[in-house]
Amino acid sequence: MAVADSHDTHDDHHDLHDHGEFIAHHFDSAEQQFDSGKLGIWLFLVTEILFFSGLFVAYTLYRTNHPEVFEQAHVFLNKYLGGLNTIVLLFSSLTMALGVRAAQLGRNKNCSIYILITMVCATMFLGVKAVEYSHKWDMGILVRSAFNLTYTHPTPTTEIGKALHISDYLVYLCVVPALLLAGFIVASVISKLINKGTLAKFMIAMAITVSGYFLGVCVGIIFMNATEGETGSTHASVIAEQPLMLLASTQDDHAEGDHDDHDKAAAASNHEGEHSDHEEHFGSHPADGGEASFDAHHPDPSTLSRDVGIFFSIYYCMTGLHAIHIIAGIIALAWLYWRSLLGHWRTDYFGPVDYVGLYWHLVDLIWIYLFPLLYLID
Amino acid sequence: MVDASTRQKLFGTPETNFLNCTKGWKSWAFTLDHKRIGIMYLIGVTIALFLAGVFALVLRSHLFTFDSKMLTDDMYNQMFTLHGAVMVFSFIIPSIPAALGNIVLPMMLGAKDVAFPRMNLASFYLWIIGTGCLLAAILSGKGLDTGWTFYTPYSIDTNTGVIYATFGAFILGFSSIFTGLNFLVTVNTMRAKNQGWFKLPLFVWSLYATAIIQVLATPVLGITLLMLIAEKTLHIGIFDPKYGGDPVLFQHFFWFYSHPAVYIMILPAMGVISELISVYSQKRIFGYSFIAFSSVAIALLGFLVWGHHMFTSGQSLVVTLIFSAITFTVAIPSAVKVFNWLATLYKGSILLNTPMCYALSFIFLFGIGGLTGLFLGALSTDIHLHDTYFVVAHFHFVMVGGTLTALLGGVFHWWPKIWGRMYNDFLGRVGCFLVFSGFNLTFFPQFVMGSRGMPRRYASYDPEFQIFHQLSTVGAFVLGLGILLSFVVLVYSALRGPRCSSNPFRAASLEWQSSSPPDFHNFIHTPVLTDPYDFETQVYDEELDTYIPREFANPDKVAPRKEPVHH
Repeated sequence: MAVADSHDTHDDHHDLHDHGEFIAHHFDSAEQQFDSGKLGIWLFLVTEILFFSGLFVAYTLYRTNHPEVFEQAHVFLNKYLGGLNTIVLLFSSLTMALGVRAAQLGRNKNCSIYILITMVCATMFLGVKAVEYSHKWDMGILVRSAFNLTYTHPTPTTEIGKALHISDYLVYLCVVPALLLAGFIVASVISKLINKGTLAKFMIAMAITVSGYFLGVCVGIIFMNATEGETGSTHASVIAEQPLMLLASTQDDHAEGDHDDHDKAAAASNHEGEHSDHEEHFGSHPADGGEASFDAHHPDPSTLSRDVGIFFSIYYCMTGLHAIHIIAGIIALAWLYWRSLLGHWRTDYFGPVDYVGLYWHLVDLIWIYLFPLLYLID
Repeated sequence: MVDASTRQKLFGTPETNFLNCTKGWKSWAFTLDHKRIGIMYLIGVTIALFLAGVFALVLRSHLFTFDSKMLTDDMYNQMFTLHGAVMVFSFIIPSIPAALGNIVLPMMLGAKDVAFPRMNLASFYLWIIGTGCLLAAILSGKGLDTGWTFYTPYSIDTNTGVIYATFGAFILGFSSIFTGLNFLVTVNTMRAKNQGWFKLPLFVWSLYATAIIQVLATPVLGITLLMLIAEKTLHIGIFDPKYGGDPVLFQHFFWFYSHPAVYIMILPAMGVISELISVYSQKRIFGYSFIAFSSVAIALLGFLVWGHHMFTSGQSLVVTLIFSAITFTVAIPSAVKVFNWLATLYKGSILLNTPMCYALSFIFLFGIGGLTGLFLGALSTDIHLHDTYFVVAHFHFVMVGGTLTALLGGVFHWWPKIWGRMYNDFLGRVGCFLVFSGFNLTFFPQFVMGSRGMPRRYASYDPEFQIFHQLSTVGAFVLGLGILLSFVVLVYSALRGPRCSSNPFRAASLEWQSSSPPDFHNFIHTPVLTDPYDFETQVYDEELDTYIPREFANPDKVAPRKEPVHH
C-alpha cells in the first residue's frame, strides 16, 4: 500500500506539469473527451445488444414453435458447469468494478491487480467452456446437420489424451493456450534478461492469465465427473416425463427422409409404456446401435426429435459468439493492464478503464441471460 | 470588427491548408483528418459508382433486344446481383454520410474533427476491405447470383461466392456503424459553444437521424449474415428448410436492416437538399423544426415497416395490414419535407446554378419515387406489382433520382469549399440536365413495363416490351454520360479551376466561415455562431470579394449584396 500511495503522490505531482497529456487535439477539455468516450461506448454496447438480438430472436422463435425440443435438449447441458461459469463471470464483474474504482482514484497498482484477476476469471470461464464443448463433441452433440447423439466416448488417441484420460477434442482446445503460455513465459524471461522490467511484469501477468484457462479446464473436469451421475439421472427423469405423443406429432412436422418412419415407430412404441423397447430400437438402428451401450440413465437417441440439433445450433452460435466477446475483452483488458503498469490512470484520466469496464459488464450480462435460457429450461 | 490583415488571414486563400499541410502518401493513408478521410471516401465511392454503373450499362445493353445473346443467363444473374450489391453496400450507404458528411459535419459544428478520428479512419479501411470481399466474389471466378438480398434457401444452395459477398457486406456494416456512432457522439458532445440543437443546420439533423439507424439496424444485418455464413458452412438449420429451418426468418432479419437502410440512403440526401434549397433561394428554410423532426420521425418509423417487402411471403394477413398502414404513415414526414422545400422556394431569390438544378431535380424525382411507393405499400396493388419493373423503377427513383442527385448537388455545393476552386457552372448544368433527362428516360418506361407485368431480374422478355427496354437502355447511356461529364467538370475544377473565395454562395452555416480550402484545424479563428438560415448575417466584403459574417466586416466597405451573384 505504501508503494501505491507514493505512486499516487507522484501522479498528482505529474498532473501539475503536463495536464492534458492524454487529451486529443480536437477536444477542448478532459471532460469533453471523457463524455464523448462514455457516450461512444454506450452506443457501442447498444450495437452489441442488437448484434446478439438476432440470435435471441431465433431462440425465441424456435422455442415458441418447438418447446418440446428445448425441453429434450437442455438436459444435455450441465447446469453445474454453467452455474460455475456464472459465478466466475459475476466475480470478474466485481473485480472489474473495483478496478474501475482504483483507476478513478489514480491507484494504478491496485487497478492492475484487479484487472489481472478479471483476466484470470475470463480465461477460467473459457477453460470450463472448453470442457463442456469437448464433452458434447464426444457424444456427437453437434449443430443440426451433424447432430448424431451417441453415448460412446471415443477412446483418446493422442498421447496426452491417453495419459490424462481426457478427450482428444479437449487436448486440441488446449493447444493454443499451451503455446501462448509457453510463449509468454519465454517472453517474460527474455524481457527480464534485456532489463525491460515492466515488459517482463506484463508477460508474467499474461502467463498467469493463460494459466487461468488450465485452471478452468481442471475445475471443469472435476465438476463434470462429480455431477455426471446426477445429470444422467436428470436425463432419464425428464425423458420419462416427456409427453411422447407430442414428440411424435413434432416429428410428423419436421422429421424428414429415412428417419421419419423410424422416429414415429419409436415414439409410438414408447407410448405403449414399455421401457424395455429401447433395447430393440437400438438393435434396429444401425447407425448408433452397434457401438452404443444402453444406459438406463440416458435417453434413447431414437426418441429425440431430430430438431434437437437446432437447439444445439443456437447454443453453439450464442455461446460461441459470447466466447469471442470474452476473448476480445481479454485483449482489451491486457491493454488496460499494460497502461496500468505504465501508471497512466489519474483522477482526471481513467476513461479507457471505465469504457472497457462497461463492455465487460455487458459481456457478463449477456451470459446472465444465456445461462437460464439455455441451461435452466424446465 | 477586425482589421484587414486578420480578415485576409481568416477568409482569404491561405498558403497552408489541410490539402498541402503535409505531403506524401503516408500523410493521406494514416491521416486522422476528417476532411482527408472524407475525400478518400469520396474517391472510393466514386470508383464503386463507376464499377456498378458499368455493370448496369452491360445489363441495359443486353436488354436492348428481347432475344439478346450478349450475356448468358448466368452472367446476367451475376451482373444484376453485383450491380445491386456494390451500389447498395459500397456506394449509396456510405456516399453522403461518410464522404460529404465527414467533410462537412464537424465544420458545421465549429469542431476541429469528429469525436473519434481513429475510428473514422478504421471505418474507411473497413470499407476498402468490405468492398474488396464483395469483389472477391467475382475474382474467385464463381461470381454471385443471389440478388443483393441473399435470400435463403437459394443462397445456401448456390455454389457461387455467397460467403465472400456476405462477409464483405458484414464488414461494410461495421464500417457504416463506425461512421454512425462517430457522428452521433460528435453531434452530442462537439457542438460549438451555445450551438443548441435548433441552431444546427438541417443537414446535421438528417445525418443524426441517419446515424441512429446505422447504429440500431446494422448490427442485426451483421448477425444475420454471420448466421447465413454458418448456415452455408455448418448447416445449422436456422434458415435452411432442409434442416428444419425457416427461410422466411431470414427475410425478416434481412429487411429489419435493409428497410431502415433505405432511409440511411435517403435521409442524408434530404438534409443536403434542405441546405441547397435554402442557400440558393437566399431565404430562411420554411418550417425548420418540422423538417428536423420529420427526419427523426422517418428514422423511427423506418424500423416498423420492414414487412412490406414480404407481402407475398405468406406472413399473416393481420401483420401485413399493420405493415401496410405504417408504410403509409412514412409518407407524412416525407411530404412535410417536400412541402417545406417548396414553401422555401416561394418568393425566394432563386439562383439556378448547378447545385440548385440538382436540388430541384431531386424534389421532382423524389416526389415520383415516393408517390409510387404508396402503390407498392397498398396491399392489392402490391400483389400485382410485386417483383415487376415497377418496383425497380420505384426504388431507382428514390435511390438514384434521390440520393445520387442529392450527392451530386451536395458535391457541387461544397466543392469550392473543399478545393478552393470554382467549377464551370455551365457544364455543370449541362451535366445535371443529362442526368435528369437520362434518368427519366431510363426509369419512366420501367413503370409502364412493370404495371403491364414485366417481371424484374429476367434475362429475356416478350417482344411487346422491347420498345420500353430500348428507351430505357438509351436513357441509361445518357445518364452515364451525364455522370461522366459532371465527374470531368469536378476533377478539372479541382485541378485547374479559378480560385474562389471562402464563401461564394452567401451561405450562413459555420463551414463557410473557414477559408477555402480549410485549415488543418478547420478554423483559424473560433467561428462566430450565426443562424444557419439567416442570410442577412453574411455581408459582402469588397477587399476579399466574398461574404463574411457581419462581426468580421469592415463597416465602411460593406455592400449588403453583391448584385450579380444572386438574381
